[in-house]
Amino acid sequence: MIKYIDEYRDKNLVLRIANEIRRISSRPFRFMEVCGGHTMAIQKFGIPSLLPENIQLLSGPGCPVCVTGRKFIDTAIAFARREDVIITTYGDLIRVPGSTSTLDAERGKGHDIRMVYSILDALEIANDNPDKKVIFLGIGFETTTPSSAAGVVNAINMGLDNFYLYSSHKVMPPAMTALINEGVKIDGYIAPGHVSTITGTSIYDDIPLKYNLGCVVSGFEPVDLMQTILMLTRQMENDDAKVEIQYKRAVVPEGNVKARKLVDEVFEACDDWWRGLGLLKDSGLQLRSAYSHLDAEKAIPVEVEKTREDTGCICGEILKGLKSPGDCKLFGKACTPNDPVGACMVSNEGACHAWFRYRGSA
Amino acid sequence: MAGNNSRILLGHGSGGSLTHELIDNLFVKHFNNPELDKQTDAALLKIPHKQLAFTTDAFVVDPIFFPGGDIGKLAICGTVNDIAVSGAKPLYLSAAFIIEEGFPMEDLERIVISMAEEAKKAGVSIVTGDTKVVNKDKCDKVFITTTGIGALEEKYVNISEGNEIRPGDKILINGSIGDHGMAIMSARNELKLSAPLLSDCASLNGLIANITKASDKVHFMRDATRGGLATVISELSTNRSYGINIDEEQLLIDEAVRGMCELLGFDPMYVANEGKVVVVVAGEDAEIVLKAMQKHEFGEDSRIIGEFVGDHPGKAWLNTIIGGNRIIDMLAGEQLPRIC
Repeated sequence: MIKYIDEYRDKNLVLRIANEIRRISSRPFRFMEVCGGHTMAIQKFGIPSLLPENIQLLSGPGCPVCVTGRKFIDTAIAFARREDVIITTYGDLIRVPGSTSTLDAERGKGHDIRMVYSILDALEIANDNPDKKVIFLGIGFETTTPSSAAGVVNAINMGLDNFYLYSSHKVMPPAMTALINEGVKIDGYIAPGHVSTITGTSIYDDIPLKYNLGCVVSGFEPVDLMQTILMLTRQMENDDAKVEIQYKRAVVPEGNVKARKLVDEVFEACDDWWRGLGLLKDSGLQLRSAYSHLDAEKAIPVEVEKTREDTGCICGEILKGLKSPGDCKLFGKACTPNDPVGACMVSNEGACHAWFRYRGSA
Repeated sequence: MAGNNSRILLGHGSGGSLTHELIDNLFVKHFNNPELDKQTDAALLKIPHKQLAFTTDAFVVDPIFFPGGDIGKLAICGTVNDIAVSGAKPLYLSAAFIIEEGFPMEDLERIVISMAEEAKKAGVSIVTGDTKVVNKDKCDKVFITTTGIGALEEKYVNISEGNEIRPGDKILINGSIGDHGMAIMSARNELKLSAPLLSDCASLNGLIANITKASDKVHFMRDATRGGLATVISELSTNRSYGINIDEEQLLIDEAVRGMCELLGFDPMYVANEGKVVVVVAGEDAEIVLKAMQKHEFGEDSRIIGEFVGDHPGKAWLNTIIGGNRIIDMLAGEQLPRIC
């Protein structure tokens, strides 16, 4: 894997692309990335410091942890408090604040909450603990949904009757169009690379057609991102908004048909709540009725506390690209990665966390 | 082996005959030095200089045996290094063990032998200690606390605080970063990876002696342990009227460490090391110190990674591999593996 990285971190090539962007851009442009991996890479490599002042990069709702509502965390905590439940989750979610607690704090109280790297680990835990109900917290976009779908199918094949999924899986396109409809001023999208490996590119067709915005599917290395910004700038300068793929070594227009078929088999679209964006039609994924006996929400009754939203946190506006982390009065003061108020400060890929780590706390 | 028991019993911590058996047949046998042999309540020590360096550290690593080391080796190296980076010569250590009931005697002996070997390599004596045994499940296998004393020559008193740092000083490190943290992660077997990762766990007092012998203008040293290189650099810049520039191109990262970090979304600059020292030396002596470091087995890959500058006071900047720049800040919380 690493063998293919160095050529995408070539300093001279990056500088040549930076010069070309500077040369062809004649007016201000604002491009939004909607993938946490892009947010992180942009800050980590110091890409903003290489761009001309007229090119501005905005972070959109691309971090799955950040867009997950408090109610999801509160419900997960309610599950965790049951004696007969083991919660399995990706690491990012552990410290996200719910209304009054976090999974981390609940783990400290002795509830059984385990970090896993894959849903397959959760299946093993279910297999090893037949007297417990093992719930996997399924979050993430199109990239992680196929593994959850595969996990569900495997659970059935393994004959497990104590494995459940609590899904907050989301799909990206409704959020991308919701942002434009909300009046967020951007000229184009740096479209998510890993999501597109699964979905292909047709999901973005509306963006140039309906909204006349640029859309380039990008890889995650500095050369990828710089090339993407150049391609978007060129589209705008030539008044030629379209969907292009920069990340050709991983993304094909039709996507991963097999993975999508598996997801369609297991999941169906539902309306879902996004932090900062509210309820978006058909933006979430729930288990189809054939699999609903594995749906934690349906199979395991819990009483969930009333959701309390935080005050003063502007995560919502940051996720919409209307404000940047530096605009928040809590940033670096009341809200730090050690003691996060909003989810954007928790996840590695959250805009606030990336800012805090790579631009400093003030 | 200590007695006939194959596992640690509560009685081994009772102070009675089992405790004595354990001390005689395990600790005194392997640590083997005149101060400990006397088994006095307190060890009586001779110290060559007026100033002492004094430090303590608790070790709770999981797993206790990992590629490149174990909790015992770590407990020696960690304390030896804390003393050595202060400019002092490490001399004596204490070792206190908290052991879980039922812990295999064989594993304890392996740990003790490893400590004895590492202490011998580092030229320090373990002169006093203590053992407690707690009920099963009241601790995770074994916890070790070591405390160390070193003798400090007058001319090195400013090193630990870095009072003499000034713009133009160069920043050096003795090799690759992130090895220990990633070795531990892969050894936990949570990842099911079989990358050949070794912890860099090592006592650095020999290397550091080479450094201070080569130049009188060593202005600061610190071992980059938890929080990694970035944390040391960030601490170094804070509250100073100078800034720091680090050159990312100069950072050495093992291929396997880099691969794992890419996979997990970790930044190797924040990953723990157990055998890396950051050295600040006056610009004019940087090459001399670099050569002295490269001659030592733990410094073959030493390099100059940055410098102190008159700009951006109190801040550390990283010149990224692609020619951009960004700030280096301290890690808050732990690095958590990402979702996608």
